[in-house]
Amino acid sequence: MILPGDLRLRLAAAFVAVALWSQLAGLAPALLAVLLALALFALARQPLPWRRLLHLEAFLLLLFVTLPFTIEGHPVLSLGPLDASAEGFARAFVLAAKVTASVLLIALLIGGREPLHLGRALAGLGLPEPLVRLFIATARYIGVIGAEARRLRDAMRARGFRPRSNLHTWRSYGYLVGMLLVRALDRADRVEDAMRLRGFTGRYPRAPLPAPVPADWVGAALITGAAALTLIWDKL
Amino acid sequence: MHIPDGILSAPVLIGGAGVAAAGVGLALARLDERAIPRVAMLSAVFFAGSLVAVPVGPSSVHLVFSGLLGVMLGLGIFPAVLVGLALQAVMFGIGGITTLGINTVNMALPGALIGLAVGPLIRAARSPGRAALLGGIAGAATVVASGLLVAASLWLSSADYGLVAQVLLVTYLPLALAEGAVTAAVVIFLARVQPEALAPRLAVGPE
Repeated sequence: MILPGDLRLRLAAAFVAVALWSQLAGLAPALLAVLLALALFALARQPLPWRRLLHLEAFLLLLFVTLPFTIEGHPVLSLGPLDASAEGFARAFVLAAKVTASVLLIALLIGGREPLHLGRALAGLGLPEPLVRLFIATARYIGVIGAEARRLRDAMRARGFRPRSNLHTWRSYGYLVGMLLVRALDRADRVEDAMRLRGFTGRYPRAPLPAPVPADWVGAALITGAAALTLIWDKL
Repeated sequence: MHIPDGILSAPVLIGGAGVAAAGVGLALARLDERAIPRVAMLSAVFFAGSLVAVPVGPSSVHLVFSGLLGVMLGLGIFPAVLVGLALQAVMFGIGGITTLGINTVNMALPGALIGLAVGPLIRAARSPGRAALLGGIAGAATVVASGLLVAASLWLSSADYGLVAQVLLVTYLPLALAEGAVTAAVVIFLARVQPEALAPRLAVGPE
């Protein structure tokens, strides 16, 4: 098992490796980054996160469609007055490979982790305490508010509301969000009152995280080292 | 809206992270820890609200509410957006981790500035209708400003992204329209039901 078990090292390794890979320029190193990420998945015996991979932002697709036509070079394909260049296709593939490798590595090292554990690890990495509290609290409230939003939308649907592209729809959604905000602010005050009553002083008592074992350091060093070697090969 | 890892150049990533860190730092220095549930709760509302697909013409858009967030949180929008983006990156793989800084700036900076500029006007408005009009303008303007910043981040990273940045800006127009309309409705609702919700409250706890 090469992946570090310690979440702090996982976060640090993922960040460093993705940051290094984001600066790759050549096609071969970028493809190597994808291969490395896939190899890690195979070693960890994890199924590939297809949903994350397919969830490409619209503008990313746009980038892949337009780059072959905007970058000058040897034309390989002509669509009317437009020429798609080999250099443009290569650039689009480099970007696709880098995005894929990053998504894979983040999914493998951090994806699916409990926000509470992530928050503790982030605190261990030196993130300010208010930011950590905000992170954990928001992760918790997303479920609460999401359930409330679903109830309000079910109620709208029960009254015959059908979303269309008109002012009525936009106003109804505005009132929905307004209602959510009013309830959320009340809830925030209740939460704060309840925590004061129980003697909360603004800081959760947290046991210090156990120190990473040597195997964790080796795993993190191997991942970041492989990413660094990819970048060095790219810049040679 | 969410730029993934692997697209932008190092100077843009580092510059974005620096501005985001400054914004978050300024906000945290003013943020009373008693107001954390309030910021987290609002952050969660906007997270949930952004999941609703709002029809615009033949397609649909996901709203961001950054203008409204700026009015309701002031500088507190920086940590709220940062935390929301971090959760989206971890939970769904949307956006990225090296781009957290620049994505936060692109959404939070216009929200904070427009919130600081238009917020006092909304709170001083004589009628809910006038507040709604101002809110709608703030919502639409924030989205357009965010679109310009996203386009600039791409264009500054590589001149080859120029065409994409322009096409992207055009796609922000329907979003700005829906964002303005829905934000106006939220503001008129709040102005009638709970006008004090439209004021940022970072320094004092619950009354």
